[in-house]
Amino acid sequence: METIVKKRIKQVIKGDQDAYAEVVEMYKDKVFHVCFRMLGNRHEAEDIAQEAFLRAYVNITSFNIELKFSTWLYRIATNLCIDRIRKKKPDYYLDAEVAGTDGLNMYSQIASDSRLPEEEVQSLELQETIQREISKLPEKYRSVIVLKYIEELSLNEISEILNLPLGTVKTRIHRGREALRNQLRYL
Amino acid sequence: MKCQEEIVVYMHEYLDDEISAEQEKELREHLQQCPDCQTHFHELKRTIALVQSSSHIQAPSDFTASVMVRLPKEKKKVGMQRWLRHHPLLTAASLFIVLMTGSLLSSWNDDPHLSVSKQPNLVIENDTVIVPAGEVVKGDVVVKNGNLKIDGQVEGSVTVINGENYQASAGHVTGEIEEVNELFDWMWYHIKNTAEEVMNIFGETETVKTQ
Repeated sequence: METIVKKRIKQVIKGDQDAYAEVVEMYKDKVFHVCFRMLGNRHEAEDIAQEAFLRAYVNITSFNIELKFSTWLYRIATNLCIDRIRKKKPDYYLDAEVAGTDGLNMYSQIASDSRLPEEEVQSLELQETIQREISKLPEKYRSVIVLKYIEELSLNEISEILNLPLGTVKTRIHRGREALRNQLRYL
Repeated sequence: MKCQEEIVVYMHEYLDDEISAEQEKELREHLQQCPDCQTHFHELKRTIALVQSSSHIQAPSDFTASVMVRLPKEKKKVGMQRWLRHHPLLTAASLFIVLMTGSLLSSWNDDPHLSVSKQPNLVIENDTVIVPAGEVVKGDVVVKNGNLKIDGQVEGSVTVINGENYQASAGHVTGEIEEVNELFDWMWYHIKNTAEEVMNIFGETETVKTQ
């Protein structure tokens, strides 16, 4: 995968936009997923994920081709998410609630159409709860938890993506896990 | 409660796969005796399982298209290059045509002098080549930028390029007679000749075609 990506990126550097479409196609789900878990709402996640790909394209010449492209891309995406979270801080929780009801509407529509089994509805509700709890984490814990448990990246990669020392990443994962444990223990 | 802090650190190291064998043993032994820590450890593992259970979500189907629309416009040159890459046959064909036309045009224009195929008994007067009466010229006769007058006999084809062919009634040509005056005739003649040469490479018998 990485070798194909590198080939495409060389074409992109020459100015070939079709090659970039392939790169976007390869990474869109992962980047979108990170953004969604970080921001907790689809609309914002799509906006930020698109912005991440746009920035990666514009700054492609500053990407060191020897490194892993995904790491670089995740770094752009997580930084954008963190910026967005910081900007939205005062009204963030309000926003999350709106997103939550949106989701509920969508799911209840599906349910009335195709009559999901009880279990599945429950698991959807559970997932929403988990997502809400992740969204409640302070942004510095949220990013490490998302990268570690949702993207399943190694501690080293996370430290590279967030540009943090490995020790800091470990501490944040420990604290993030403890915080989530407290939030989810009675579930 | 003194046990907690150290043990909790071990738990996290265990969850990160970074615990030493010795400390893992210590952790296990402690967990067996201490129900509080056991609960704590269990809750941590459950938390991770819950977080990981969240389903994979996919980007909207029009995601790539929306990104591509937002990109700055690409340079024209690249679009051209890509087109060439995707249509190799057309590219080769057009390149061939350009080169062929170029070389043909240059040979059409460059050489205004009279030239004639080498047969010993052809006579040249000013810009007219004469096959004298009573003589038999063997092989194909080609005259370029001049006229040809045939009084005798030619055992082969006659080609006059950029000139005229006068034939006396007694004149006799065994092969084909061809006059080439226009640019396209000239090109056609050239292509035909090239094709014939290629054929000759493949089939030896073709060489004696005029006999």
